[in-house]
Amino acid sequence: MSKARVFASLGAALVIAGAVAAFAIAWRPAIPATDPPSAQSFDPVQVKHGRELAALGNCNTCHTTRGGKDFAGGLPVPTPFGTIYSSNITPDADTGIGRWPEDAFRRAMRSGVDRDGRHLYPTFPYDHFTNVSDEDDRALYAYLMTRQPVHAVARANQLPFPLDQRVVIAGWKLLFLRRDTYRPDPARSAEFNRGAYLVEGLAHCGACHTPRNALGAERASASFAGGEADNWSAYAINAQSPAPVPWTADALFAYLRHGFDPDHGTARGPMAQVVGNLSEVPGGDVRAIATYMAGVSGAPAEDRKRRAEDVLAQVKSPAAPESQANSAGAAIYAAACASCHESKRPLPYGGVNLALSTALSSPDPRNAANIVLSGVRPVEGERSPIMPGFASSMSDAQVAALLNYLRSRFSNQPAWAHVEQTVAEARRTQTVFLETSAGAQDAPAAVNQRDKP
Amino acid sequence: MTTVKVNGRDHQVDAEPDTPLLYVLRDDLGLNAAKFGCGLGQCGSCTVIVDGNAVLSCVTPLLLLEGKQVTTLEGLGTIETPAPVQRAFIEEQAAQCGYCIAGMMMRTQALLQRNAKPTDDEIRAELAPHLCRCGTHMRILRAVHRAAHLMQTADASTDQRSAQ
Amino acid sequence: MNGPVTIDRRRVLAGSGALIVSFSLGNAFAQDQPVPKPPGSLATTPFLDSWIRIDADGTITAFTGKAELGQGFKTAFQQIAAEELDVPFASLKVVTADTSRTANEGYTSGSHSMQDSGTAIQNAAAQVRALLIAEAARRLNLPAENFRTDNGAVIAADGQRFAYGDLVAGDMLHAQAQPASKLKDPATFKVMGQPTPRVDIPAKVTGGAAYVQDMRLPGMVHARVVRPPSYGAQLTACDTSAVEKLSGVVKVVRNGNFLAVVTKREFQAIKAMAALSDAAKWRETPSLPKQDDLVGVLTSLPSQDKTIFQAGNRLSAGQKTIEATYTRPYQSHGSIGPSCAVAQMTDGTMTVWTHTQGVYPDRQAISEMLRVPQASVRCIHVEGSGCYGHNGADDAAADAALIARELPGVPVRVQWTREQEHAWEPYGPAMVTRLKASLDDNGAIADWHFEVWSNTHSMRPGGAGAMLAAQHMAQPFAPPPPKPLPLPEGGGDRNAIPIYEFPNAQVVHHFIPDMPVRISAMRALGAYHNVFSIESFMDELARAAGADPVEFRLKHLEDPRGRDVIEKAAQGFGWVKGQKAPPDRGYGFAFARYKNLAAYCAIACEVEVNRETGRPRLVRAVAAVDSGQVVNPDGLTNQIEGAIVQSMSWTLYEAVTFDDTRITSIDWQTYPILRFDAVPDSIIVHIINRPGKPFLGSGETGQGPAAASIANAIANATGKRLRDLPLTRKKIKDAIDA
Repeated sequence: MSKARVFASLGAALVIAGAVAAFAIAWRPAIPATDPPSAQSFDPVQVKHGRELAALGNCNTCHTTRGGKDFAGGLPVPTPFGTIYSSNITPDADTGIGRWPEDAFRRAMRSGVDRDGRHLYPTFPYDHFTNVSDEDDRALYAYLMTRQPVHAVARANQLPFPLDQRVVIAGWKLLFLRRDTYRPDPARSAEFNRGAYLVEGLAHCGACHTPRNALGAERASASFAGGEADNWSAYAINAQSPAPVPWTADALFAYLRHGFDPDHGTARGPMAQVVGNLSEVPGGDVRAIATYMAGVSGAPAEDRKRRAEDVLAQVKSPAAPESQANSAGAAIYAAACASCHESKRPLPYGGVNLALSTALSSPDPRNAANIVLSGVRPVEGERSPIMPGFASSMSDAQVAALLNYLRSRFSNQPAWAHVEQTVAEARRTQTVFLETSAGAQDAPAAVNQRDKP
Repeated sequence: MTTVKVNGRDHQVDAEPDTPLLYVLRDDLGLNAAKFGCGLGQCGSCTVIVDGNAVLSCVTPLLLLEGKQVTTLEGLGTIETPAPVQRAFIEEQAAQCGYCIAGMMMRTQALLQRNAKPTDDEIRAELAPHLCRCGTHMRILRAVHRAAHLMQTADASTDQRSAQ
Repeated sequence: MNGPVTIDRRRVLAGSGALIVSFSLGNAFAQDQPVPKPPGSLATTPFLDSWIRIDADGTITAFTGKAELGQGFKTAFQQIAAEELDVPFASLKVVTADTSRTANEGYTSGSHSMQDSGTAIQNAAAQVRALLIAEAARRLNLPAENFRTDNGAVIAADGQRFAYGDLVAGDMLHAQAQPASKLKDPATFKVMGQPTPRVDIPAKVTGGAAYVQDMRLPGMVHARVVRPPSYGAQLTACDTSAVEKLSGVVKVVRNGNFLAVVTKREFQAIKAMAALSDAAKWRETPSLPKQDDLVGVLTSLPSQDKTIFQAGNRLSAGQKTIEATYTRPYQSHGSIGPSCAVAQMTDGTMTVWTHTQGVYPDRQAISEMLRVPQASVRCIHVEGSGCYGHNGADDAAADAALIARELPGVPVRVQWTREQEHAWEPYGPAMVTRLKASLDDNGAIADWHFEVWSNTHSMRPGGAGAMLAAQHMAQPFAPPPPKPLPLPEGGGDRNAIPIYEFPNAQVVHHFIPDMPVRISAMRALGAYHNVFSIESFMDELARAAGADPVEFRLKHLEDPRGRDVIEKAAQGFGWVKGQKAPPDRGYGFAFARYKNLAAYCAIACEVEVNRETGRPRLVRAVAAVDSGQVVNPDGLTNQIEGAIVQSMSWTLYEAVTFDDTRITSIDWQTYPILRFDAVPDSIIVHIINRPGKPFLGSGETGQGPAAASIANAIANATGKRLRDLPLTRKKIKDAIDA
């Protein structure tokens, strides 16, 4: 059994003891079912607002599976404890939330409890959604209850005992769920506060980008210091960001809104779906998120700034690589990658100059492995980047040689460890991700980018 | 000189190690099936099989192939003795200009070696890297199903024969 | 070979000719009638042995000036010739477009091949058969009626057999075709009308050499062109010294703005091209229009305006009037295999192997570019990937010839890159249509007004000036002035005249000579957008009249064959008047007769629209097609299925993009086309065969109706009408959200 599992089971045992002791706190009443409301009973303005909020919250990303109907659930979410399947949040009376009155929905968002009174696994990030205001919950409810009902039975979660007993979650909540509604900081701008409200709430960025403790809760002292999602590494997005060029609010806005930034690259993996959603919400909200996150990171330190200038200069006029020409990794890069990644064709359609790549500067080689193996798939019918995957043409050893070379050539970070192992693991998990994730909807560089080369 | 194993035989080619496999196949070995469609890994016309997996030969440099086995369409069968996948595409007349077809067939072969009875959705997902401009998609899908059927019946008759 | 026919043959010919003439021309002509011409391309190439050759050993070859583009014509022509010659299908072969061997049939385009070449081969084969019988009859001194043919031989009543090879002698087949032929009764067809497997597919699925890209001539070298970065860019500097020293480089060609590098091995050419491209410095000029305002751009460019159709003279004769404007962007042929050509100059003759649609016009253009006599250039068609019209093929041929001239005796292969094909091919022109009609008290269309703005849809034949190499070389040729294609075929006005009967109608063609973006012929030409417009508008009118779309069309259509395909498609689909599609789905219908004189096609389809994302999905389509006498039903089905799928991609996804200077849709990332995840569940094609009727071209008949059928289904599913192609997911989503 893995260390995490040992810890988890031990921790679970403790939590059970606590939960038994706090039974009164653990138990939640069922809220009586109501008939599914008619779609006409909702104000269209509310519904529209709810649509935007759902996009900000990325509801569709978790609650829609590849080939499945929207919001019908069934997406396998890997966690260190087992696999959790997302639930059906269409207004279907039998298998969805059709019989949920509004306060049941609000309670789920606030406290992670379903209509029957059962605790929900925090894979559904109610530790963030607890910050969503009542009016926004109302709009989200209006939106979800006016979707197409889909009959789709939830898949059973794959969790070992005792974690499959939902009562253990009560203990988890006791320890980790903070119920304050977000409060704006009067010392900050309205835009910053709006951004904070969104980021800490609906957008739940920390759910991926904050490291978690052994019990799977976000570590409050390490906000945005890096986490993971779907076997991708979610980079640190605070001052510890490994990006060679520090992020500014403008760069963040461009990336979140358009799916790419010339100094950083193109959104891939789970982030591709996020930026796809963010391209359809009010621009001011995206700007607010960018402003807040830029504030979280603060101004970059002097040495980071200097390094960034060096990198940008290198990208502009690349120096010839040092004689590692004999290394296997160098040869692979030159033969299989350079023709796109040194083409000088601008993003998002040219390969990013790898000196700018966060994947290569990140302490975790997983993302680089994922991209090399699976490439980047096109969005149906829309202008979008395509990168071939090399899973079938490169062995684990070849991918590892390539990654080690890229790490040494394009970052100033120490070598990664266990790269070949990471590649083997990535091979396995990427297939699952690509087969089950619904995929990015809106491509980077959508309509408003048509005239850019 | 580099050695590359194609269709069961070792070949010595005077190509630089960074040469994409596509040009080695076409220019050094005179094989026609794998086609140049884009050279960017976007269209699938260049697809061949390496160690059982479908691979885009236009973005696969020679230096990656040490110790690996390359199979092209020519290695599956001939006009006189076509392989099941070739028979299937002929029987379904699954081609208009035919330029994309060799790539489709190699991807099909790799799929069927892995999954003998793919569903329609699985076939579509598998063929996603491949473009066909003439619009022959319906026939290609039928040909894949037919190839699966032919491969199964071929296996059945081989089993029968070996059982005797 | 223009020597006089011998007495014997002339008598024989006159005898059989007279027989044929008297059988076929029912109504005797008065003396002062003009001499009727033989049918199809026989009118311009009348000698029978230009079409059918029989060698003394019995080898039979049929010749066509048309090219196999992947439509299956080689097979169809082989069927036709085999049928009328009464020989087994496999016993003859077909030779296609070659300026040294075949008739000049212009371009393989406009869905003319069956009508022109198929008809010529059919009649030539029938007349050759008649000559063979006549020869056997002459030898036995018996009347021709006593003979029949079977399996490559003429057989007398008493069983004597004369193999065809034994009957031909000298110039026997160098005879002029008669205006009419004794064709076989369709009821006796053995080969024609059969779904004969295509002769070219086996090689294509087993790695045989099948394309110009597969050609390997001894000593062949590889060339790559470095094209300018944009239209009109001027090469200001290019230091080629470093490139010349690269491994394998044979030559660097610099001729004005034409820049190319030639190497021994192909991958060397690719590397050298990159180096040469880096070394080249260009001065560019912004010249491209605003791609987001095509209506504004096209309607404000100077135009030659012509009323091409007028019926009645009352506009706004009805009660309810509706208007609509439809637009189409520039769209790309998007050939899967970028263009390629091989050229070799030997002893003053330049031979070019090319996938051009027209070897004769291409020869003329290349000879003009090289400033040599036409006779010293030979163009041989070798298949490329599907071209769907005027793509980069002609330009690649010119590139190869220009480079080959610099390396006498050496075969030069030019391969375009993906980016070059996307950026430099001449596109299908952007178009705008404005429609206005009104309904009378009975819900019928009382008047109809249609205006179309468009460039020409063909820059061929254009001589040297139509080719990039000639435009870019140091002593350049100017692009020829564009000309509208004349009706009844038309270009931008193809299918602009409705096939429906309206009491009052006016159709105006605004021909735009200025071509800020390089354009030429793309499959279906103006018919794609005109049919899209007409058939979308018919649905809008049907809706305003509260009528069923199929019934509404039949109400206005007299043409019985048109009515038949409409009814067949509706019935095949299960179209029920007043039907309601399941939630999120819609049904659409459309019909057209290509050019109002080629094949008829009606298409009914079902589309599903995802309300969250706007994503349209074609679920199923049912088509009916009438192409006259069917030669190969499987080939025809293949064409219609392909037309629907191709048109679906054009209609839902495709638009060329550009900034003010450069084309920006230069690969499959930036010009996405259909992938398998969007392919429909089913397409069913019903063929209405008309035995004995003339062949009707079918290669372009499906695209227009497919587009409108899909648009109508989307409107039916969402309640929103979209009029600006392509009907993208985002446009649909915005329309739903609005």
